[in-house]
Amino acid sequence: MAPFLRVTWAVFRKDLTVERRAKEGINGLAFFALLLLFLFYFTLGPDGERLRAALPGLFWLTFVLAGLLGLGRTFALERENACIDGLVLAPGDKGAIYLGKLLAVSLVMLAMEAVFVAATGFFYNLDIWAAVPRLVPVGLAGTVGFAAVGTLFAAMTAQLRARELLLPVLLLPLAVPVLIAAVRLTEVALAGGSAESSAGWWRLLLGFDVVFLTAGLLTFEFVLEP
Amino acid sequence: MARRILGPAAGILLAAGLTAGLGWAPRDGVQGDVQRIMYVHVPAILAAYAAIALVFVGSVGYLGTRRETWDRAAAAGGELAVCFIGLTLLTGSIWGKPTWGTWWTWDARLTSTAILFVLYLSYQLLRSVVDDPERAATYAAVLGIVAALDVPIIHFSVVWWRTLHQAPTVLKPQAPSMDPAMLLALAVNVAGFLCAFAYLAVRRCRLLALEAAARHRALDA
Repeated sequence: MAPFLRVTWAVFRKDLTVERRAKEGINGLAFFALLLLFLFYFTLGPDGERLRAALPGLFWLTFVLAGLLGLGRTFALERENACIDGLVLAPGDKGAIYLGKLLAVSLVMLAMEAVFVAATGFFYNLDIWAAVPRLVPVGLAGTVGFAAVGTLFAAMTAQLRARELLLPVLLLPLAVPVLIAAVRLTEVALAGGSAESSAGWWRLLLGFDVVFLTAGLLTFEFVLEP
Repeated sequence: MARRILGPAAGILLAAGLTAGLGWAPRDGVQGDVQRIMYVHVPAILAAYAAIALVFVGSVGYLGTRRETWDRAAAAGGELAVCFIGLTLLTGSIWGKPTWGTWWTWDARLTSTAILFVLYLSYQLLRSVVDDPERAATYAAVLGIVAALDVPIIHFSVVWWRTLHQAPTVLKPQAPSMDPAMLLALAVNVAGFLCAFAYLAVRRCRLLALEAAARHRALDA
């Protein structure tokens, strides 16, 4: 157990150190998310009610699109200077590398999501602050679920040609359940809805997280083969 | 074996089943002859699920043993999954036009089947993009496993997504007590489709094996 967590921690800390020094990920992702925010304004018009009705969907569309960029980047970094060879040759369980990468990319995505939610409230003058405590668990579970599948396929596609095209094409159909469940739960959280109406969605989302975290941990070694 | 038993069996069962379904079975009281498309539609989706299961089993087998036979089984399953899911969507759409008045609607079953179609298309894409055969097999196996695990989750998420909005009324999958003749015709067709699936899978595996052998020979020469 301990060596596994040590490797996880090392990969996680390495990615966060790179992130802290370069700040490429969070800056790029948050900037991209803000651009989308402006695009939503242009395409959906200034009507606040219309935006408010579409808000859960817009949130998760943004998180998924920006998340795709973040996922692509996390292994593009490893390709440069052939760092990925170091990961391939590293001793120990490859699942630990998967978990470290997953945690790092989830953290960057969550930071981007926080910026985006705050900016949405600010620019569209929406009173979403009261819903923030209810949004946090949804964001966590949805992001981890998306990143659980995403990390696996980002590692795979990073080693292929046509990787920019392939990652969304492989990932988006698989992530449909996360998207549906997270949007519904966000809807409930924004409306201050009841717990019992969302219990089924919670089970689905957490079930997805558990199934694909396990699948990722078990199959990552095949993706990282030399 | 495949050619001698599965092929003729599929041919006979399909001929009998389709003749029975399109001619002998009684006409549906409500939908008329349109309902007869069920004799293709339902067997097609069952064959598609068999193909998805084959992809999963082949993928697990390949990652476990590294034998190319398993990978060829998964590859054949992936192609047949796309074919049979496509056939299901096509026949469903043809049935939907006269029954619902539209080629397409975002019904739960339609939507989840469409996602499956896209999912297994992306499986084909992954296979075609990777040049190194061994790496293609490994990556495809990982996707084959993950996709199969996702199939039930996609199904439930889409069903809940639709039913939380509106109770199925018109689009409700009808479960009337079926005429025994209809049931028999359907059963024969299901058997025929499954035999056809098995036959095609075996033949495709054989062809893939021959292709691999030809490639090796070309490399040796």
